[in-house]
Amino acid sequence: MLSIKNLTASINGTPVLKGIDLEIRAGEIHAIMGPNGSGKSTLGKVLAGHPSYEVTGGEVLFEGKNLFEMEADARARAGIFMGFQHPIEVPGVSNASFLRLAYNKKAEAEGRDELDPLEFDDFIHGKIKVVAMRSEFLDRSLNEGFSGGEKKRNEILQMAVLEPKLAILDELDSGLDIDALRVLGDAVNTLQRADRALLIITHFPRILEIIQPQFVHVLSGGRILKSSGKELALELEERGYDWVLAEAAAGGAR
Amino acid sequence: MSTTLNVVTSQEYKYGFVTDIEADSVAPGLSEDVIRFISAKKGEPEWLLEFRLKAYRHWLTMTEPDWAKVNYEKPDFQRIVYYSAPKPKVAKYASMDEVDPELLRTFEKLGVPINEQASLAGVAVDVVFDSVSVTTTYKEKLATVGVIFCSFSEAVREHPELIRKYLGSVVPAADNFYAALNSAVFTDGSFVFIPKGVTCPMDLSTYFRINNKESGQFERTLIVAEEGASVSYLEGCTAPQFDTNQLHAAVVELVALDQASIKYSTVQNWYAGDKNGLGGIFNFVTKRGLCKGKGSHISWTQVETGSAITWKYPSCILLGDDSIGEFYSVALTNHKQQADTGTKMVHIGKNTKSTIISKGISAGDSSNSYRGLVKIQPRAEGARNFSQCDSMLIGHTCSASTFPYLEVQNRSAKVEHEATTSKIGEEQLFYFQQRGIPAEEAISMIINGFCKDVFRELPMEFAVEATKLLSLKLEGSVG
Repeated sequence: MLSIKNLTASINGTPVLKGIDLEIRAGEIHAIMGPNGSGKSTLGKVLAGHPSYEVTGGEVLFEGKNLFEMEADARARAGIFMGFQHPIEVPGVSNASFLRLAYNKKAEAEGRDELDPLEFDDFIHGKIKVVAMRSEFLDRSLNEGFSGGEKKRNEILQMAVLEPKLAILDELDSGLDIDALRVLGDAVNTLQRADRALLIITHFPRILEIIQPQFVHVLSGGRILKSSGKELALELEERGYDWVLAEAAAGGAR
Repeated sequence: MSTTLNVVTSQEYKYGFVTDIEADSVAPGLSEDVIRFISAKKGEPEWLLEFRLKAYRHWLTMTEPDWAKVNYEKPDFQRIVYYSAPKPKVAKYASMDEVDPELLRTFEKLGVPINEQASLAGVAVDVVFDSVSVTTTYKEKLATVGVIFCSFSEAVREHPELIRKYLGSVVPAADNFYAALNSAVFTDGSFVFIPKGVTCPMDLSTYFRINNKESGQFERTLIVAEEGASVSYLEGCTAPQFDTNQLHAAVVELVALDQASIKYSTVQNWYAGDKNGLGGIFNFVTKRGLCKGKGSHISWTQVETGSAITWKYPSCILLGDDSIGEFYSVALTNHKQQADTGTKMVHIGKNTKSTIISKGISAGDSSNSYRGLVKIQPRAEGARNFSQCDSMLIGHTCSASTFPYLEVQNRSAKVEHEATTSKIGEEQLFYFQQRGIPAEEAISMIINGFCKDVFRELPMEFAVEATKLLSLKLEGSVG
């Protein structure tokens, strides 16, 4: 589904990604872990098309198509979703109208019928149950005055509405208490299917106990230093990141 | 590859065409003779000529204000044409057939419903082209309920007692530099009179068009609502695209007696100059409403999107006890536009209330300032004011400022002020785009959300127009 080859990217001329290779197939769940400043979030933003980052080399194919020939909104409509670490607030734009516009843009791109406000109302009330959101949040301004947890709930609601092929979830667990993490993690699991894939970006293994990855990658200094199965997450929880960095340094010296 | 915020607009001003029409104009320049010429042209009574000359003599002693946060080359008042009227030189057209077809096409192109049959909106319109009113629709229908709606010149002829009573009663001739200039040379405008107890059966509207390259537009609007009367009045304006600046210095006076209500809405889209700041209208306007009676209510709603320079403070004098003043404003500036706009709420009567909601949007290299005064006078027991002034910046090279002035002389007053500044940045746009929403639609949605509190005060049709206009003005702000 997603094929990343020797990807390099920089921000304001400073290289952040220094050669990433990653294959994600349909049905798979991958986790990217690593210390702060390792380039994890950058990878997500580059894939989603954030304007601040410049792709300096390499190739990314999404379902065989060159990702970098698509604008950010086109990538989204093609099925790439990013759950933001810090969702922005937009005063005066109701959550429901934002969700409906996003839904309809995607429906239009896929040749499906768009939903009018009444149809969408029925549709969305089915979806908010999945993330245990109260319906009053639909009428409020987008993320405005939402707590950190409510914002994350809203992100997963958007994911449930858009049903992306590839969801990149950046630090979903930050700002969430354990109960909320459980609810949202379960919601993400319910949305995961054989024809969809997940890329979980986190530096705490806790979330990976709920959303269990088949593949765990350690990213540091803009490179993937180690890739393994889900047992790697547990090992990282016990031992931290330093041993991976040391191992990689030794490997590089050899 | 990616969308970045860049502040180049591709959107052209679509009302920038010039009508090729023979005009009856006076030579440029200002003198007592020119004023006498205008007054004679309009067949005015002696007292009105005196009003003009007095204003002119006072104006000569005044200096142009420079406290606003705007920079421009001061107009040369001797190079302005103070009277320009499309020929034929009749002050009033007996029927639409007499109107020059070229003029009719102009308003057709502008989408102004000049023809009653063709008008769908059911809005009565007074159309002002340079210095004269071309036509006023639905006049007969309005007359059946006693509503007077006509050009200012006609009102001077037909209802001199009302004009004499109210002209200058809210904005005195010597009020300020531009008001004095207007009082000396005003040419036309609209007059509205709603008699006691009458709710005006339709919205009234004036459409202003500057066509002549050298002409200034100095219109005068006077709206009087007697006891218990109410009216909703709309104003729209456009001008052709010239690389020189044209001066627009209007005066609008509103008078509301006991329990009367006047709602005044403006969508201002004068030519703003090109993206390098060449040309455009200098919009120096004095608008003031007097809540004279007990329980009277005056509400200003403005959507300011045009003009090179805007200097405008629609205000309310809350004289009557329990009177209410409101000011809802969206001011958008792009490229090199400069706006210094806001309001004054002067609380004189007891239990008077005022609300100020101002939304400033700046893009390009523009400068957008809110300037507002809330004054609570000593006997304004129980006065209340709520002000909210929000600014939104698009890009990195524009500026927004807020200058709230507060003078409270009565201890029982309650005054609240809130202000925010936000920025449509890459992060906001990226969020929308990441959900599949293209940048242009994202901007439009964000801006409309930002302006919602003001737009909902506009009459429905105007609100739709305003929404479209803002999107149009910002088109290309994101590249």
